[in-house]
Amino acid sequence: MVDAPTTQPAVVGDSASEPRGAETTAWSRFVESDVLYSFTRSPVTVTAAAVTAIFILSAVFAPLVAPHNPFDLASIDLMDSNLPPMWLEGGDPRFILGTDDQGRGILSTIIFGSRISLLIGFASVVLATVLGVGLGLLSGFVGGVVDAFIMRVAEIQLSFPVILTALLIDGVIRGVLNVEKSGELAYWILILSIGISNWVQFARTVRGSTLVERNKEYVQAAQVIGINPTLIVLRHILPNVMGPVLVIATIQLAVAILSEATLSFLGVGMPPTEPSLGTLIQIGNDYLFSGEWWMVIFPGIALAILVLAVNLLGDWLRDALNPKLR
Amino acid sequence: MLAFIIRRMIQSVVVMFFVALLAFAMFRFVGDPVHQMVGIETSLEEREELRVKLGLRDPIIVQFGRFVGNAATLDFGISYQHQRPVSEMIKERMPATLELSLISALFSLLVGVPMGVYTGLHRQGVLSKVFMTASLIGISLPTFLIGILLIYVFAVILGWLPSFGRGVVVDLGGWRTGLLTTEGLKALIMPAITLGLFQLTLIMRLVRAEMLEVLRTDYIKFARARGLTNRAVNFGHALKNTLVPVITITGLQLGSIIAFAIITETVFQWPGMGLMFLQAIQNVDIPIMAAYLIMIAFFFVAINLVVDMLYYVVDPRLRVDASKAHGHG
Amino acid sequence: MAGNPLLEVRNLRVEFPTRRGILTAVDDISLHIDPGEVLGVVGESGAGKSMTGAAIIGLLEPPGRIADGEILLEGRRIDNLPYEQMRRIRGREIGAIFQDPLTSLNPLYSVGEQLVETIQTHTDMSHSQALARAIELLAEVGIPAPERRVEHYPHQFSGGMRQRVVIALALCVNPKLIIADEPTTALDVSIQAQIIALLKRLCREHGTAVMLVTHDMGVIAETADRVAVMYAGRIAEIGPVRQVIQNPKHPYTVGLMGSIPSIDQGDGRLTQIEGAMPRLTAIPQGCAFNPRCTLTMDRCFRERPDLVQVEETRVSCWHHDKELAHA
Repeated sequence: MVDAPTTQPAVVGDSASEPRGAETTAWSRFVESDVLYSFTRSPVTVTAAAVTAIFILSAVFAPLVAPHNPFDLASIDLMDSNLPPMWLEGGDPRFILGTDDQGRGILSTIIFGSRISLLIGFASVVLATVLGVGLGLLSGFVGGVVDAFIMRVAEIQLSFPVILTALLIDGVIRGVLNVEKSGELAYWILILSIGISNWVQFARTVRGSTLVERNKEYVQAAQVIGINPTLIVLRHILPNVMGPVLVIATIQLAVAILSEATLSFLGVGMPPTEPSLGTLIQIGNDYLFSGEWWMVIFPGIALAILVLAVNLLGDWLRDALNPKLR
Repeated sequence: MLAFIIRRMIQSVVVMFFVALLAFAMFRFVGDPVHQMVGIETSLEEREELRVKLGLRDPIIVQFGRFVGNAATLDFGISYQHQRPVSEMIKERMPATLELSLISALFSLLVGVPMGVYTGLHRQGVLSKVFMTASLIGISLPTFLIGILLIYVFAVILGWLPSFGRGVVVDLGGWRTGLLTTEGLKALIMPAITLGLFQLTLIMRLVRAEMLEVLRTDYIKFARARGLTNRAVNFGHALKNTLVPVITITGLQLGSIIAFAIITETVFQWPGMGLMFLQAIQNVDIPIMAAYLIMIAFFFVAINLVVDMLYYVVDPRLRVDASKAHGHG
Repeated sequence: MAGNPLLEVRNLRVEFPTRRGILTAVDDISLHIDPGEVLGVVGESGAGKSMTGAAIIGLLEPPGRIADGEILLEGRRIDNLPYEQMRRIRGREIGAIFQDPLTSLNPLYSVGEQLVETIQTHTDMSHSQALARAIELLAEVGIPAPERRVEHYPHQFSGGMRQRVVIALALCVNPKLIIADEPTTALDVSIQAQIIALLKRLCREHGTAVMLVTHDMGVIAETADRVAVMYAGRIAEIGPVRQVIQNPKHPYTVGLMGSIPSIDQGDGRLTQIEGAMPRLTAIPQGCAFNPRCTLTMDRCFRERPDLVQVEETRVSCWHHDKELAHA
């Protein structure tokens, strides 16, 4: 019942509302869609971006930022273990947030732990993106049996929770490699299992957009004049699907960080010698009953804030790029 | 309707086939079953003998057939680590997981749907904003952290609730239930909330989004234009139309609750299938992993079938023309 | 204007606050509808015609709001009624028909359930009485085998049949006025005429007045008693349909008529109005039509013209202002 306040042709024959900007790419929508406007107008988003930036910067520059290097065995003294935060009785001003069972400063382990969490998060999202976008393009562009097969697999995988898939892949890889080696290879095992668990979302979205683009005249024209299909895919279709992919990647980053933390907490992720945030929480969990809460609570808060910030960024990006993409 | 159900059944069988293939591949190719079963001092001849006896020298197809046949009769082999039949172990542990999953599913539905309806109807309300903010935090807090926080507050500090285990269970013909004793119920509270909280936020957000979508539709506008009461419009017309997607997602969520129980069971040392599966992964106990995979897939497929049948109850369009089932949603 | 009008709209202004400022979708509109009369409202998308209808029935979508003016039904103000009182008027005294019959009916309820629900909301009928009335209504709107069809769901009806059901729903407790917002736009051309004829016949039989919102001048010519031509949220011209069609006075109406094919025009080319209606954010000063008008004078850019009576129509154009005595 609401007339869209848009410009219309002079003749009063208007009922066919033309899809405005059907030919624009996702990227140009990104620029035109008041993305910057909505960013600056949303204090929550700005805060989330700032928090994410702080996490990333402190992760990258961890050795400079952290008060101690928790991996440097020479600097660790077991005498310092299980110290409470400095403002509590028995606290040591050297360790602002207290120490863990091996005498490592909690603040330092959090900074280095976030570094590991973010590294695995980013790497597995990159893997999932490459896998998903590749398979999605293939599926959408080739069609037929290939499409049916890929989508069938995607559907089956999608019906299982990500964390279960990641656990299974993790278990299988560890089985193949033997348990002993899995400690050293923990990074790779985690990246592989989380990356492989998360490709489906990308593939489905990209396939959908590819199907739409493929039937547009310019792609068909390109095919008619004999341009290499691979080139068509890369040059014309890929740029058009990058907007939604960016949104999914951001949201998946939060999922990946959570998955890593969960796997590590469950004891099949990063080992205590190279703790991620999840491992730290797992270590601390054993000391919860003796009242040494700081070993769990601080890494927990760090993890929750990081994931919340990334989630908020993802939410905002999704709304800003395309309110209908839910 | 029958044709549709049959088609979904066939699809389910296909899914189960894929999963069985995966489980078989794990079982057969990850690690060496014989290596796990014998001591180091066993001779090569004895190993080979065992291999033949176990059928590991038969053609792959035959082995797969045997695997499927065994799985169908709930025979999943012997656990490497525990040296006991896997089916026996599952039977012991299933009641714990199912009770936990069921209670948390009920919790998330009974709380999540009303919250979703409320936030959908009162979009600008203060309470709605509180709910939405809380739900965003709920989605960002990992399950295990919620569990740990609950334990710290209610078990360590306040000492109200037990921090681990099932409390006192009663044996009902092989099904050990914790629902009949006060200790059992008390032990269930924190795990059920931990497990259900994430699903609760999902369901709430989904119901809210669907309500907002439906409230924008022409038939809701027309229902208002006909002068129907708010109550009739919101609950009779709007809520009923949100049910189809809600049923779909809730069904899927029920499946994932069983899977997410792995984490909750670890945090609360809840003696269910999830804890068993996790220990199996840590020890690469392939028969248990394979069995768990098949069991979970079976639950998922069964739930999906039930969900499909529920559609018929809700949506008249499907009763007449099943082919539209895919175009809807 | 004999007797009291059924509906009177006085200086109605509808605004939409957006983050780029306030959009005025309907700007100072006054019109009236007599009992049993069909008033056509014609204009382009965004001219504010649907918005006027929504304002009358009290279903403007937030953040849209009535910023000024009043709406009177039988002399009683209805634009400021509390929600519950307005709800009793909707359906009971003012019915509505929307553009798309495919989406106007709730897919999960049978047409019978929807009719019975509406009837029972506004009357004291028992379920069986209401059901009998529902079957009667379906028969009245020309649905064959109504006893059987009453149990069917919307998806089991064709588009034209669904719009008949929608009309039955709008008319089921005999409202005095129906707001029909593009009731045939979504239908096949062959069915459009049937639906319009049905609506016209039923309203004549029941003595129901209609506000027929459309962009189709042909439908107006065939159905309406009077017509209001809207442009950029304002009324350009309002008067008896024959007058407006045969002797349009506003340059915009003249252009509209020029763009409609007519049999006796022979091989004459259809004319078209140059340019497009301004966005609501950029309505020019003075007369809103001035950028596209071929007859502009200085004054058209400075001052906004009021509606003035010219013969039987009222026109908002400086060329018809009495002081100028143009024409």
